[in-house]
Amino acid sequence: MTRGFWMPHRIGMAALALAIAVWCGVSLRWDWLPEYLPLAAMGLWRTLWIMAASVVLGMALAVPLGLAQAAGPWWLAWPAQAFCTVIRGTPLLLQLWLLYYGLGSLFPGIPWLRQSDLWPILRQAWPYALLALTLSFAGYEGEVMRGAFLGVPKGQLEAARAMGMPRATLLRRIWLPQAVARALPTLAGETVLQLKATPLVATITVVDIYAVASKVRQDTFLTYEPLLLLALVYMAVTGLIVLAFRALERRGPARR
Amino acid sequence: MFALAAASSLELLQFSPPGWGANLLRGLVNSVLIALGAFGLGGVIGLAGAFGKLHGGPVTRDLLAIYTTVVRAVPELVLILILYYAATDAVNRLLLGAGFDRIQISGFAAGVLVLGVVQGAYATEVLRGAIQSVPAGQIEAARAMGMPPGLLARRITLPLMLSAALPGLANLWLIATKDTALLAVVGFGELTQETRQAAGTTKAYFTFFMAAGALYLALSLGSNALFRRLERFARRGERA
Repeated sequence: MTRGFWMPHRIGMAALALAIAVWCGVSLRWDWLPEYLPLAAMGLWRTLWIMAASVVLGMALAVPLGLAQAAGPWWLAWPAQAFCTVIRGTPLLLQLWLLYYGLGSLFPGIPWLRQSDLWPILRQAWPYALLALTLSFAGYEGEVMRGAFLGVPKGQLEAARAMGMPRATLLRRIWLPQAVARALPTLAGETVLQLKATPLVATITVVDIYAVASKVRQDTFLTYEPLLLLALVYMAVTGLIVLAFRALERRGPARR
Repeated sequence: MFALAAASSLELLQFSPPGWGANLLRGLVNSVLIALGAFGLGGVIGLAGAFGKLHGGPVTRDLLAIYTTVVRAVPELVLILILYYAATDAVNRLLLGAGFDRIQISGFAAGVLVLGVVQGAYATEVLRGAIQSVPAGQIEAARAMGMPPGLLARRITLPLMLSAALPGLANLWLIATKDTALLAVVGFGELTQETRQAAGTTKAYFTFFMAAGALYLALSLGSNALFRRLERFARRGERA
């Protein structure tokens, strides 16, 4: 991969990039950094777990959504398709605000909910953030899973049926593994998109890494420094996601 | 009680001042205009980027690779803030340098510019793939006839790549319409921002967010239908 990477013009560009980086380091203000580092670490952690949790939960929802659209009876297929269309047809920010402000204004009016043990959780913002991101991921990935289920060769399913395999076993042993294997290459890209969606949760007071950068900007009146560092952090996380999925895919069966 | 709630919802969505329907529609128009501008700008950047990536020199190609990689790795919200401040700063430095007063860049222009730059990165990839899908024989034949490069692009490459590019472009248009909602975070009065104001004032959160969702959905579904027809038009004369 690195063969022929260091061509003359690339050495010049790297030198230029280094010069810009050094200039940024020297002439921009970074003295606020130590003070905010603990907060930034917590924000980054929150960004990462909201992303990871919504991807896992969303994927768990996407499988039945895809299956319902690919093979379900109409009374399952239609709602699933409507769900995917609505999620994919409206902005995530709107969905987030609908859940947070809408449900958040509805719940306090229900007395038994306010007395229940769930209330301390429902009063916070992150459950709504997680719910909105999960539903969004499920909507997009459900459409991918529909295609993946339909893309599994018919012969595989017919062979399993001919062997007298019950339907549940067929789904568990044949259909689902092959559909997931087909959807896996899209998962890296969708996960990066999910990472890029997480800063929206800052608009409903969840303190993620983006919210920390906003706080730095408000406290110090600096414009560029926190934003540039923030962009760098997101690029680093994106790189890590891509590398992780590449390693994961290499471990799977090679023949496709 | 349900009927009462429905009646009060309708009242809130009414067109004239006690209702907020006019505000929502104005927001929708703003959203569509920004999306159109950004999509157009993104298309122009994408076309230049695609030709640059395919036919440019090594430096051009590397710079374009950096552009598309960075834009696809950094959240749109962060890019919007960086580009908004950077663009305002740059314009004002230029104006001050030339001896003019500093100006306030309108939210509309900034929105179109920023979303256009974001769209351009994705459009570069879509159009590059589409241009590559044009059979080499067609281009060679045009060259053999002595067609100059500009005419070749206009008459051969662009019309032939259109059918391959349209699904990707349709997707980008839908992303553009939804990304306009991000401008609400910086306070521009597009549909989501107007909706939040209406909802915050009247406390009827469900009514307004649902109404805005319906508008966005109608826009998506309408665009889908339009792009399907466009694709059928672009595929005319192709073998099924």
